[in-house]
Amino acid sequence: MGEPLLEIRGISKSFGSVAANVDIGFAVAAGEILGLIGPNGAGKSSLFNIIAGEIAPDRGEIRFAGQEIAGIGAVACARLGIGRTFQVVRSFDSMTVLENVMVGAFLRARRSAAAMARAGEVIEFCGLTTRRDVPAHSLSPPEKRRLEIARALATRPRLLLLDEMLTGLTPTEAQAGMRLVRDIRAQGITIIMVEHVMEVLLPLIDRAVVLNLGRKLLEGAPAEIVRHPEVIRAYLGDRYGG
Amino acid sequence: MAGAVRGTLVARRRRELWLGIVVLVVLAALPFGVGNAYLRGLIVLTLLYAGLSQAWNILGGYCGQISLGHALYFGIGAYTSTLLFTRLGISPLLGMFAGGGLAGFAAFLVGLPCFRLSGHYYAIATLVIGMMAALLAANWDFINAAQGITIPFHGESWANLAFRTAILPFHYVMLAYAALIWFVAWLIEGSRWGFFWRAVKDDVAAARSLGVSIYPSKLAAAAISGAATGIGGALYAQYIGFIDPDSTLDLSLSVLIALPAVVGGIGTLWGPLLGAAVLIPVQQLSVAWLGSAAGGIDLMVYGALIMALALARPEGLVSFFHIRASRGATGHG
Ligand SMILES: Nc1ncnc2c1ncn2[C@@H]1O[C@H](COP(=O)(O)OP(=O)(O)O)[C@@H](O)[C@H]1O
Ligand SMILES: [Mg+2]
Repeated sequence: MGEPLLEIRGISKSFGSVAANVDIGFAVAAGEILGLIGPNGAGKSSLFNIIAGEIAPDRGEIRFAGQEIAGIGAVACARLGIGRTFQVVRSFDSMTVLENVMVGAFLRARRSAAAMARAGEVIEFCGLTTRRDVPAHSLSPPEKRRLEIARALATRPRLLLLDEMLTGLTPTEAQAGMRLVRDIRAQGITIIMVEHVMEVLLPLIDRAVVLNLGRKLLEGAPAEIVRHPEVIRAYLGDRYGG
Repeated sequence: MAGAVRGTLVARRRRELWLGIVVLVVLAALPFGVGNAYLRGLIVLTLLYAGLSQAWNILGGYCGQISLGHALYFGIGAYTSTLLFTRLGISPLLGMFAGGGLAGFAAFLVGLPCFRLSGHYYAIATLVIGMMAALLAANWDFINAAQGITIPFHGESWANLAFRTAILPFHYVMLAYAALIWFVAWLIEGSRWGFFWRAVKDDVAAARSLGVSIYPSKLAAAAISGAATGIGGALYAQYIGFIDPDSTLDLSLSVLIALPAVVGGIGTLWGPLLGAAVLIPVQQLSVAWLGSAAGGIDLMVYGALIMALALARPEGLVSFFHIRASRGATGHG
């Protein structure tokens, strides 16, 4: 394996007295689907925001495609090829689906005809073609998740960060969502997925990193993860409100 | 598939442009159906405000940055072209672009610190800056302070944009202005910048995640909006023939510039014109009937009307015409 696409080292971030991330480090190979697992409040979204440049870490390094990116900001990260979705969906509600996705496409396209063509491709890829000209606010929650993914894909990312995209979906919708993730990977895009429900993620991912209380608990193949006593304890602890 | 993708959005934009051309023709013919000089004057003022409010809408409607200080850019445009004409003999035809440029630059400068502020603080900061500018102008001798400047009249002239006896030329001057700013807004709607600005308005974090730089987007929108407002100020100065801080820099003017877009439909192509067509005649008539000396009763009438409109139509007057759009929104399945 050559140099990983993403390598993070010693990332720490506190919000006031809350240590959201403590000394986190791992690497993601190009073409991989990495699961980032952990109970609520484990620091998954915080870490996503740091990788995507939305917030700066207090300490630590992030190398993406051979470049140091910690603290360079979300706009620069997007330009370098990091796309993302948000745990709480953020659609541009005064625009149609097509217009939403065109915003992403305009990152690489100057002319609106080119942006429109690119947006049309991704919308079709994400299965939203029938909803192309409706206002984004009229979409159902699973459609909004797809819209966020389409918008991020329109920027032609090399790395895609998906924050709880399967949460709250019916089993059928989740199946469709997992197919979409596999299709995205088949395009050569590396993916990090956050999910706090571990079961849905395991069949999909190549490797998992488990966070708990801001720290990395362990990382490994899905089969190793589920057998690990600390993972079981962390999840049971969460479930019974310990 | 690509053809179908181009379909609706391109078709919608083309329809808007055709509608714009039809409205332009109708408005150009309007004076021939209106003989009354007072009414003609009212129409001229309405067209001016349609343009000014569209200029405001570029920043407030498309980029979501609510300015309550646009009188500053109006005043800079008015004073620049007037001073260039009265002191240096430069035609207002050129002066209005100098005024527009300076006003755009001023809007950029105001944005530099103020766009660092979040949310409603931008509105408050522009309000304060606008009021301070009005105060300074009223005490600045170089521009005749509170006395104001009368534009000397050397006869009817297109070269100097000067007409006293006929309102008709100003009808076409203001119509050209309103049409120009409308067209700029139409161009912005379909452009990369326009998409970025609307993204900034709707959700900054999502916009950033797609590579949209928030601060430069706001600055660009402010500069264009300010420049367009400044040109309107210069045209107003030529129309009235006299400017002073009260008539070109006052807070009430900032409100009057913003309101047509807000009432007509913020962030829409037709909102400012519709809003101006309703608000400006009402405002002028209430001033004429009740008198501006009547302790601000005209403002109360005006305010009551705006409240009624806002309650009846929160999305603005354009929503009366949105049968087509709402059918598109619900017409799936
Ligand atoms: N932007 C933020 N501002 C303040 N506190 C935050 C922020 N992001 C995360 N936190 C805090 O950090 C901790 C981890 O949160 P988060 O990263 O959202 O966890 P997860 O996504 O794993 O559920 C929580 O205590 C949360 O309140
Ligand atoms: Mg989270």
